[in-house]
Amino acid sequence: MTSVTVDLNGARVVCDVEPRETLADFLRDRHRLTATHLGCEHGACGACTVLVDGKATRSCLRLAVMCHGHAVQTLEGLRDDRLMEVLRRHFHECHALQCGFCTPGMLVMARDILLRLPKPGAQTVRYQLSGQICRCTGYAGIVNAIVAAGQEIGRGAAG
Amino acid sequence: MKSAAFDYVVAKTVAEASAALAQDASATVIAGGQSLVPMLNLRVALPDLLVDIAGLEELKETCETAAGLRIGALTTHADIEDGNIPDLFGGLTRKAASGISYRAVRNYGTIGGSVALADPAADWPVCLMALGAQVRIAGRNGSRRQPIGDFIQGQYATSLDRDEIVLGFDIPRPDARLRWGLFKVVRKSGAFASSIAVVVECGSGGPVSVALGAAAPRPCLLPTIAKLVSAGETSEDVLRAAIAKDLTAHAPAADPYLERLHTSTVLRAVREMRSQ
Repeated sequence: MTSVTVDLNGARVVCDVEPRETLADFLRDRHRLTATHLGCEHGACGACTVLVDGKATRSCLRLAVMCHGHAVQTLEGLRDDRLMEVLRRHFHECHALQCGFCTPGMLVMARDILLRLPKPGAQTVRYQLSGQICRCTGYAGIVNAIVAAGQEIGRGAAG
Repeated sequence: MKSAAFDYVVAKTVAEASAALAQDASATVIAGGQSLVPMLNLRVALPDLLVDIAGLEELKETCETAAGLRIGALTTHADIEDGNIPDLFGGLTRKAASGISYRAVRNYGTIGGSVALADPAADWPVCLMALGAQVRIAGRNGSRRQPIGDFIQGQYATSLDRDEIVLGFDIPRPDARLRWGLFKVVRKSGAFASSIAVVVECGSGGPVSVALGAAAPRPCLLPTIAKLVSAGETSEDVLRAAIAKDLTAHAPAADPYLERLHTSTVLRAVREMRSQ
């Protein structure tokens, strides 16, 4: 076991982890942060996307030991984020989720897209979102929600 | 989908990394981990020890020199995509970076890791080969440099000794305006390419290099088509015949479908280059 110190959603946590433990298991099993969903566990589905030092990353592809000294933000930590409030509302209005399994990863990635690419069009969103899989195939609603959120933020209503 | 157990050590210097690698035959280097961790999770890779080199400053050295661009092995695809490093190549490296996997992977995947893994279909080896890059390598016996075409020896095979790691790359400065074309065929965005070609021309009518990936155990340069493109040949029949000759010499396993696929990839990259 190796001791790691991580800034987790703004709180300093110290705990012992096995080197083979992924950040995803660290979040879910040790800290009960179960918004982070595990679909494929090899980087294909994107459901486990979180922020490490503010950058979107797949928590199944990060080892918890490698997060020592870094800041991790999960969807739970973005509850009061203004951009996420706008995205949540548009996901609701555009019916952008069905079973909800992919939604945490979709939201984290959607926020990342809107921060990098202001007011993206549908084609840009589709390309940028291609690493997130929705097995209900609800992509149309998800893309619409992100485009609409981008438009709203672009008008200066939030963000 | 859970990795088998392994030990883990953080290297604080290149020498420490080399010493750790030399001691354990099944030790593996980890930097961004975006290829290695899936392999660990799938238990395709079963190292006893991971040597974490993600903190090594020597591998972050990126600077523009009179000779060209020195790029550190730990530079991420996203850093290159976002233009955080100098672009001496008319946007080619940014375009190549932006097409690798997905943003969440590009944020941590490194150019050094991509080349050191030497997947035959990876983007960087093909791109760096077309640009004539040299690989900078360090180990217990000091450092060395090698052209990327010699460094990559086959499918997932490089010239790295057990104790050696990739420090970075030196890409020569083009001595004239660079035009380039990059075309790849992927079944799904973010997947490894079924075929990928990069064409680079240094100055109008200047030397051309054509690199092709996913066609052979390692990326290859196609000299016959390169010469014709440099000479300004426009007849598609002549260009196709030249590509066929190059494929026979460098990627002979191609079946008729793959031959058409690779031919088309190279032709499209040439067209893109000529449209710039």
